[in-house]
Amino acid sequence: MEYKDYYKIMGVARNATQDEIKRAYRKLARKYHPDVSKEADAEARFKELGEAYEVLKDAEKRAAYDQLGANWKGGQEFSPPPNWNSGFEFSGGSAGDAADFSDFFASLFGREFRAGGTGRTPPHAKGEDHHAKVLIDLEDSYQGATRTITLRVPMVDSQGHVVTKDRVLNVTIPKGIRAGQHIRLSGQGSPGAAQGAAGDLYLEIEFRPHPLYRIDGRDLYLDLPVTPWEAALGATVKVPTPGGIIELKIPEGSGSGRKLRLKERGIPGDPPGDLYVMLAIALPPADTEAARDLYRKMAQELNFNPRAKLGV
Amino acid sequence: MSTENKLPQYAICILEEQTQLTLDDLCHACSVRAEQIIELVDLGVLEPLGREPWKFGGASLHRARIALRLHHDLDIDLAGAALALELLDEIESLRARLRVLGGNY
Repeated sequence: MEYKDYYKIMGVARNATQDEIKRAYRKLARKYHPDVSKEADAEARFKELGEAYEVLKDAEKRAAYDQLGANWKGGQEFSPPPNWNSGFEFSGGSAGDAADFSDFFASLFGREFRAGGTGRTPPHAKGEDHHAKVLIDLEDSYQGATRTITLRVPMVDSQGHVVTKDRVLNVTIPKGIRAGQHIRLSGQGSPGAAQGAAGDLYLEIEFRPHPLYRIDGRDLYLDLPVTPWEAALGATVKVPTPGGIIELKIPEGSGSGRKLRLKERGIPGDPPGDLYVMLAIALPPADTEAARDLYRKMAQELNFNPRAKLGV
Repeated sequence: MSTENKLPQYAICILEEQTQLTLDDLCHACSVRAEQIIELVDLGVLEPLGREPWKFGGASLHRARIALRLHHDLDIDLAGAALALELLDEIESLRARLRVLGGNY
């Protein structure tokens, strides 16, 4: 297993005071809290931080950890020294959310810390709910879909060790679901106590970025390049929509950035979303003499000052 | 077809649209006592539908869990967590507007 440099994780010196450690923890906890931070690895960082703090805030555990010496580097291959633990007795207490702590932590401070100290379970207790995120494509929500997802579920084996098992589920993605919504699968969480019902499984929906559309709730946004003459004279052009290609009439005299609404062409639902087409005027390159001549002709014949509003 | 068709299918629903939760449901799903959920109602984080007995829309579950996590993990009181939640909502709506404008947020 890998050695964890708890001091480095918390960004404090090895001789930091308990107050300094507490301050560092609070600051980093706010920064990496998964509900607050948008950094991709926030959840992992937050867990790592919680584990480091669990050890360093506790004088007994910190002393034991310090006894390993200062020559280890984070990530280095590690196994606990023989007679490890002999001189220490941990008064323990609940380790709170310790279920996700690393093997490194468990090898030093024992597995019992990982159980989280929930105490005795009444016979009617409902099983724990589970929560996970699923990434889907816009098309899955547009048409509805069945997706196979794999969840990594921590379980306690017969020796009391925490092992991760893969659990494969076939999940129906309901048509019209939006990012940030949750699918509830009743009874698919942890089993309950003897007479208790199983917990539920909640899947939070997130969309993969789409190459064409930007998604806001059920509405979709598409940038549509048009030529200057299509925008000026009006035209009927082909436009991709999630339901297939359609023909869209560009009104005469459209400017760049004009927003055209295709009612109910967004994600289905009640009410269905709309598809907004944002016109972007694309200039033909002046890379031939004929093209340059056309631009010159426009320059001569069109009395057009795009900067009139700037007073110049 | 493939093996995926052999996997069992589950009864599912969209939490935010098809679900109403009781106070007990919320307490269980958040692993807290009723007092904490009631405090979240008093703070305006959760809005019950109609009068007692309280029913909550499915979206309440997600909000309650975030507020309680912030409260628990960051050692702030529930009023502070409620403020953080409102600011997070505001950030999310600003991010949504930026996404519409074509940024990668």
